[in-house]
Amino acid sequence: MKRKHRRLVFVVTGLVLLGAAAGLVLVAFEDSLVFFYSPTDLIEKDIPEGRRFRVGGLVEEGSVIRLADGLTVSFRVTDLSETVPVIYKGVLPDLFREGQGVIAEGHLDASGVFTAETVLAKHDENYMPPEVADALRASGKWKGADAE
Amino acid sequence: MIAEIGHYALILALLVALVQGTLPLIGAQTGNAAWMAVARPASVGQMLFIGISFGCLTYAYVVSDFSVMNVAQNSHSAKPLMYKISGVWGNHEGSILLWAMILALFGMAVALFGGNLPPTLRARVLAIQAWIAVGFLAFALFTSNPFLRLDPAPFEGSDLNPLLQDPGLAFHPPFLYLGYVGFSMAFSFAVAALIEGRVDAAWARWVRPWTLVAWSFLTLGIAMGSWWAYYELGWGGFWFWDPVENASFMPWLAGTALLHSAIVTEKRDALKSWTILLAIIAFSLSLLGTFLVRSGVLTSVHAFATDPTRGVFILAFLVIVIGGSLTLYAIRAPKLKAGGLFAPISREGGLVLNNLLLTAACSTVLLGTMYPLALDALDLGKVSVGPPYFNGTFGPLIMPLLVAAAIGPFLTWKRADLPGVLGRLKLAFAVTAVVFVGSWMATTGGSPLPAIGLGIAAWLFTGAMIEFAGRIKLFRAPLSVSFNRARHLPRSAYGMTIAHAAIAIVVASIIVSQVWRTEHIALMHPGEQVEVAGYTFTFKGVRDLAGPNYSAQRAEFVVTRDGEPITRLFPEKRTYPSQDMTTTEAAIHTTWLADLYAVIGDPDGEGGWSVRIYHNPLVPWIWLGAIMIVVGGAVSLTDRRLRVGAPRRARAAAGADAKPQTA
Repeated sequence: MKRKHRRLVFVVTGLVLLGAAAGLVLVAFEDSLVFFYSPTDLIEKDIPEGRRFRVGGLVEEGSVIRLADGLTVSFRVTDLSETVPVIYKGVLPDLFREGQGVIAEGHLDASGVFTAETVLAKHDENYMPPEVADALRASGKWKGADAE
Repeated sequence: MIAEIGHYALILALLVALVQGTLPLIGAQTGNAAWMAVARPASVGQMLFIGISFGCLTYAYVVSDFSVMNVAQNSHSAKPLMYKISGVWGNHEGSILLWAMILALFGMAVALFGGNLPPTLRARVLAIQAWIAVGFLAFALFTSNPFLRLDPAPFEGSDLNPLLQDPGLAFHPPFLYLGYVGFSMAFSFAVAALIEGRVDAAWARWVRPWTLVAWSFLTLGIAMGSWWAYYELGWGGFWFWDPVENASFMPWLAGTALLHSAIVTEKRDALKSWTILLAIIAFSLSLLGTFLVRSGVLTSVHAFATDPTRGVFILAFLVIVIGGSLTLYAIRAPKLKAGGLFAPISREGGLVLNNLLLTAACSTVLLGTMYPLALDALDLGKVSVGPPYFNGTFGPLIMPLLVAAAIGPFLTWKRADLPGVLGRLKLAFAVTAVVFVGSWMATTGGSPLPAIGLGIAAWLFTGAMIEFAGRIKLFRAPLSVSFNRARHLPRSAYGMTIAHAAIAIVVASIIVSQVWRTEHIALMHPGEQVEVAGYTFTFKGVRDLAGPNYSAQRAEFVVTRDGEPITRLFPEKRTYPSQDMTTTEAAIHTTWLADLYAVIGDPDGEGGWSVRIYHNPLVPWIWLGAIMIVVGGAVSLTDRRLRVGAPRRARAAAGADAKPQTA
C-alpha cells in the first residue's frame, strides 16, 4: 500500500467513527433529553402524558402530605401563579422543605398528577435551583435577592 | 500580618512569573544563553513565593483567624484540624491558589530535573508554564484574592459546607488538581515543540512520564470523588454523569489517548502532530473543567462559587490559551516532518484506533455536557442530559475500544498478522463465550447488553493475561526461563498488563453493580425486620448523638444471614447548626464481594422511619480496580527508560541529529 492509501484507511476509519458517534448522539438526544417546565408552562403547553420531563418551583406551604403507606409523599409545586400536584414514593432529599425550591423529574399521569421518580432540593441555604429562580422570575413573583 | 505576607508573596510570584514567561522566550529565540538561564531560578523562586502564600493561608485556617474573609466564610473554630486544613482548598479562592501552587511545583520539577533537556526547549517549556501561571495568579489576585480582610472580624466563622467535611473529599481536590495541572506539562512541551518546529523521540520520552504522572493522579482523584459521592450523597450510586464529574472525566479520556499516542511518537517517530494536538486538547479540557466548576455556570453539588466576573475572566483565559495554542498548531504543525510508515494492521494502527475511539467517546461526553449550557445561553429552553444519553453514546463507543485493547498489545510494529494474533487468543474467545452465555442466562430475559459488556471485560482481562504469559513464554519454556524473563521484562510492560486487567475489572464491576443491585425502600418501626439479598436487617431504632460541630440522629441495624450475625450498621442524619444544613451519612459494610448500604430518611412522626437499604455487588472492586490502574501507572513510571530526568542517552542521540531550525 502506498502512503496515500494508508492515510486513506485512517481517514475513512475516522470518518466512519465520527459518523457512528454522531448517529449515537442523535438517537440518544431523541430519547433522553429531559426538558424543564414551570407549572405555568405545564398549563400553557400541552405535554403528552407519560413523557419524561422536569418540573420545578417552590413546594407550596401546607401541601406536603405523607400518605398512609408512610413512604409516598404528595405535595404541590408552585411558581406562585400556577401549581402542579406531585406524588413521590421514596426518601426525600435532606433539604426538602415547604416554601423551598425543588425540582422533580418524572411524568404526568392521566389525571394530571405529576409522578416523580427523582426529587432534587437545593443543597444549602443560599442555593436556589437556577431553573426555579428563572421560572419564578418569569411568573413575576421573584422576591429573593437577585444575584445578577 | 501573616495574611499580608501571603498576599505580598502572591504578588511577587506573579512578577517572577512575568519575568519567567518573557526573558527565556526571547533568549531562546535570539540564542541569548543568559536570558534562557533565567528560567530555572525563576521557576524555583515562583514556587517558593506561592508556597509561602499557600502556607500563610493554611496558617490563617489552622489558627482560625476570622479577620481573613476567606477563613471566616469557610471555617469554624470547632471544626476538626483536618477539615481546617482541607478547608483551605474547599473554597473557590483557596482552590485556585492550590492550582497555582501545583502548577509551580511541576514547573520547578522541570527546572530541577531537566538538566539534560536541550536548553532552548527547557527555556521555552518553562516560559509557557510561566504564562499559564500568570493567568492563574492574576485570576487569584484580581478576582479571587483569598487574603482579603474583614473589619470588624466576626467572632465565629460560618463553617465549611458539611458535605465537604469528609476525609474522601478532603484529599480529592489536591489529587484532581495534580492530574489537571499535570497535563500543563504535556501542553507546555507541545507548545515549545511547535515553536521549535521539531518533535523527536527524545521529546516524546520527556512528555510520556509527565503525562503518566498526571494521568495517574487524575485517575486517583476521579476515583476518590466517585467514592465520596457513593458514601456521602446517600443515593447508593457512584457516578451520575454530573457535569462536574464529566469535567474531570474528559481530560482523563484525552489523557489516556495522549498516553498511547506518545508511545508511537517515542518508539516509531510517527503521529507527531497528532500527539501534540492531543496534548493541547488534554490541557484545554482540564482548563474547561476548571472553568465549568469554578465559574458557577453549572449549579450542582460541587459548584459552590458564583460570580460572573470570574466566569468572564476564565472564559477569556480559555479563549487565549486554547485559541492561541490551536492557532500556533495550525501554523506550525504542517511543518513537522512526517515520521515512520506503518500499515493499518500494526501496533501503530491499533494505537490510532485507540485514539480515534477515545476522542470520539470524549467528544460525545463533551457534547452532552455543553449542550444544555449552550441551549440555555441561547435561550432555547432548559434541558438536562442525564445518564441515558451517556450510556447510549459513551457505552457503544468504549466497548470496541476494550475489544481492541486486548488485541493491540499482540500486534507488531509497522505490520502485523491479525489472523495469527487472533489464533493466539483462542483461550480468550472461549472464556468470553462462557462469561457471555453464563451472564446472559443469569439476567433471565433482560437486555443482552450487560452480558455483552461482561463478555468484553472477560475478553480484555484474559487477553492481557495471555499477552503477559506470551512475553515470559509461560508453559512454552521451562519455568526457570519464564521466571527469568519475567524478572527482566520492562516495568512499562508490567504497567500495561496491570492497567489493562484493572480496566477490565472496573468495567465488569460497574456492570455487575448496576444489573444485580438490590434496593429496598421501606417505612420501618423499631424491632421490624426486612430481608435484602439474603441478609436480614433488623431496625433497632434511632437515638440522638452529639458530634464536634453537629448533632446527629443515629439509627442502628443488626444484620444477620441465616441467623449468623454479620455486622451492625449505624446510618446517620447530621445537622450542622452553623450552616443550618443536614447531611446523610450512609452506613456501609463491605464483604469485598458486595456492599451492604443503609441510609435513613425522615421520621413519619409516629415512630416510623423511612429507610433505604441497598445490596451493591462488586462495588468495592470499582475502587480496587481504580487503585490497580494507578498502580499500573506507577509501576510503568519506575521503568528505567521512563524515569523522570533519565533520558540522558536520548539527549545525546538527539543532540547528534539536532539541526538548528530557523523559526
